[in-house]
Amino acid sequence: MAEQKAPQKWGLVVDLDRCTGCNACIAACSMENNIPFVGEDEVAYGRAMYWLYNKRDWAGEYPEVKPAFEPVMCQQCGNAPCEPVCPVFASAHSEEEQVNLAVYNRCIGTRYCANNCPYHSRQFNFFDHDLPEPMNSYLNPDVTVRRRGVMEKCTFCVQRIVRGRQKAAAEGREVEDGEIQPACVQACPAGALVFGDMSNPQTKASQMARNQRRYQLLEELGTLPRVTYLKGGGRYGG
Amino acid sequence: MAAETELLQAIKPVEHAEEDPREHLMFDPRPREEMNRMVMEAMTTTTRRYWIWLIGLGLAVVVLLFGAWGNMILTGMGVAGIRRPVFWGVFIVTFVFWIGISHAGTFVSAILRVFKAEFRRPFTRAAELMTTFGLAAGALYPLIHLGRVWVFYWMIPYPNARWLWPNFRSPLVWDFLAITTYLLSSTIYLYLPLVPDLAMARDRTKGWRHTIYKVLALGWRGTEAEWYRLRRAINIFAFAIIPVMFSVHTIVSWDFAVGMVAGWHSTIFGPYFIIGAILSGMAAVVTILFVLRSTMKHFDYFIRVEHFDALGKLLLVFSMAWAYFFFNEYLLSWYGGDAAVKQVLTLHATGPAAWVWYTMLICNVAIPWLTLWNKTIRRTPWAMFIITLLINVGMYAERYTIIPLTLGHQRSPFDWGMYNPRLTEISIALGTLCLFMFLYLLASRLIPLVPVWEVQEGQMAHRLRKVGKAEVPSVTELEE
Repeated sequence: MAEQKAPQKWGLVVDLDRCTGCNACIAACSMENNIPFVGEDEVAYGRAMYWLYNKRDWAGEYPEVKPAFEPVMCQQCGNAPCEPVCPVFASAHSEEEQVNLAVYNRCIGTRYCANNCPYHSRQFNFFDHDLPEPMNSYLNPDVTVRRRGVMEKCTFCVQRIVRGRQKAAAEGREVEDGEIQPACVQACPAGALVFGDMSNPQTKASQMARNQRRYQLLEELGTLPRVTYLKGGGRYGG
Repeated sequence: MAAETELLQAIKPVEHAEEDPREHLMFDPRPREEMNRMVMEAMTTTTRRYWIWLIGLGLAVVVLLFGAWGNMILTGMGVAGIRRPVFWGVFIVTFVFWIGISHAGTFVSAILRVFKAEFRRPFTRAAELMTTFGLAAGALYPLIHLGRVWVFYWMIPYPNARWLWPNFRSPLVWDFLAITTYLLSSTIYLYLPLVPDLAMARDRTKGWRHTIYKVLALGWRGTEAEWYRLRRAINIFAFAIIPVMFSVHTIVSWDFAVGMVAGWHSTIFGPYFIIGAILSGMAAVVTILFVLRSTMKHFDYFIRVEHFDALGKLLLVFSMAWAYFFFNEYLLSWYGGDAAVKQVLTLHATGPAAWVWYTMLICNVAIPWLTLWNKTIRRTPWAMFIITLLINVGMYAERYTIIPLTLGHQRSPFDWGMYNPRLTEISIALGTLCLFMFLYLLASRLIPLVPVWEVQEGQMAHRLRKVGKAEVPSVTELEE
């Protein structure tokens, strides 16, 4: 490219008022990112693989209970606790996309990053989960299939970001707002998830993130998460 | 006046039964040739029971350690019990345990040598061997716990085509470097004082043993110049290895303290881990000394109740120091006021696995404090054997509390989880214990386990001198 621009800071806004807890994001994420299905026994043992999980809290006393949903994915911390502890740079920050990358083929599986992640959003491949024929043909060719012994996690669908940027560059234009969407954002029927360039104050995501309902997960730890939540409930309904 | 005398009578310290100094090894010398022969006999005598143990332990290592590990490599880490959010379990617990055991050698040998504690003489080597083999057992775990052990060498800084170095910000790399340094230096430190004894063994053996000792003794003849250089070298090493020892367990503690896990992120972890390591290591020295004394020929001459007594006192001191740091961890967290840390520490004592926490306190504090103040107990070897075994059970429970039980209850209660070790983990942990014992048994018949020259040197320096009618123990200053 001709001129060097400041890197775009991709971010995600989750409007909890709109989240219905339908888990479409989880399904879309699993299909997009070739996340293995680990089987009944492993799920029962607590090793279900999701890059995105829906934290469900109950409010109130039984029987007057209300569920509260909070979809949690990798927060793509600007100051990520998983990065310095990896002995082999398998958890690294990308300069282009400003996201936290999991370099699968560099990972040696110390699992330190997973311990150090306050959001518990990293997953470990305890076994190989090969798909039988012809199921393997649904695999996304843009995403590595991970083997046993490596960590993996949400990448904000970095393959989609790269493809979107390349397309825009080939057409000689800037990436438009809303042009790039991770699988979870694309699948959300309620429009609770909004993805965009947070360094540009005009994008929909940045505008939403300035809402007074905003909060970030465990902000006080200083991890500088890239995911902003808009509080649900209260006088806004929910 | 009368009342004062009475008071003085009352507060007069209780006189201990007068110890006969001749019961001490240093005041009970035997002719040098006889002592050499005793050590040689202890080394070369192998009973039927010895071979059964050796072969049994060797098989156990193959099956329990390499069998289970091999199975885990082939099928996947999932055969271990770890699950989100507890990604570190028994492997890291046992790793810290072995590194702790390995502190015994340096502490007993180097620190007591530097401070000229004379009772150290007969068992410095037994302790140094523990260091080396404890490290050998412990150093396996950074490999065992890797998801992809076949690429472990990516942690080593080596030149490669991609110009990729390990991440020097990661405590795991520091760990790797610290343990390698400690293993190398402690092996050299084991070897240096061994040279005169190897020469002694060389002069008294034939056949394959003679060939081995001839090479290892480096042509030692025992000239004045050789002794001078050896003493200098040992002295330098004894001082140099102490900071290495402290750094190793500090760095092991940084594996946890550098992380931002609630309950790990604490500046007290460095000294806390070191005190714990020394406590468990010293306890293991006593355990091993009891086993050596009751199984090896002539060892009741070298290892005496006075040694159990002296080590028992040290153990009591370290148990108190450990309790202080344990208390301090709570104090500082309370002062820090982090709700998550408070939650974790409360759950240690009240959560589903609180029995581990209570085991730790009973074995590390209650048992030593209730028993080790008593001279009779300290001078009863089998009692010391049981107490020190329990201390190590307590130290294992401490590491278990710190690692999996802390990881299970972090800042987000939705993600709380428990972890139970599975057969693979238990098998590998027992396998490294068997490996340690196997190596120790093997070494006990290959190298002189008692540093004869150090004992003889000590006996030369100690004399009972007559002062009037009393016989007073006296020590000649050996070094300049």
